[in-house]
Amino acid sequence: MANSAKSTATETQKAPATPASPNMSVIAPAVAWLIPGAGHLIQKRWIRGLLLMASISTMFVLGLLMQGRVYHPNGGDILDILGFVGDVGAGGLYIVTRVQDWGHGAIAHATADYGTKFLIVAGLLNFISMADAYHIAIGKKP
Amino acid sequence: MTLELSHFSAAVLFSVFASVVFGVTQRNTTREQIRYGLYCFVLFAGGVFVAGWAMWVLRH
Repeated sequence: MANSAKSTATETQKAPATPASPNMSVIAPAVAWLIPGAGHLIQKRWIRGLLLMASISTMFVLGLLMQGRVYHPNGGDILDILGFVGDVGAGGLYIVTRVQDWGHGAIAHATADYGTKFLIVAGLLNFISMADAYHIAIGKKP
Repeated sequence: MTLELSHFSAAVLFSVFASVVFGVTQRNTTREQIRYGLYCFVLFAGGVFVAGWAMWVLRH
């Protein structure tokens, strides 16, 4: 009882997050998907946006340099489908990779499998970044 | 250009980038973000050591 009263008092002391324009709740996640971190940058969260952009983009590029495999759209094995879902989260990076026909994967390198995981996780982290950009846009997060 | 990282350096890089994203997205204030990012990094890196030693024990 006392704890709930204390937590309520703490919540009311926090500065309320101001929601941006209604369109931003659609634009921010879309831009965040296309360019990792850009969803935060267009909402003037410069440091957060740059950190997300650097982390996700570097992870994706390292995955490619490690000869990781980029998954294509497929309807076969469930792990291949999930791999594609993870990869496509990287948005513009995934599109550029597919257009350039990179990411065939190399079984000759022991760490190439790590590269594949770097690519998938970069996409999954970008999904988290998109959700965060959306929460900022609707005023749920400062 | 091909990058051939060791298993350990790949795991550390993975931990750094994932921790940064977790820290930035899962907490609100700067101080909380740094603390949570470091916490995640320690868990990731610590997990690598624990898993490594566990495999060594199983092998021997």
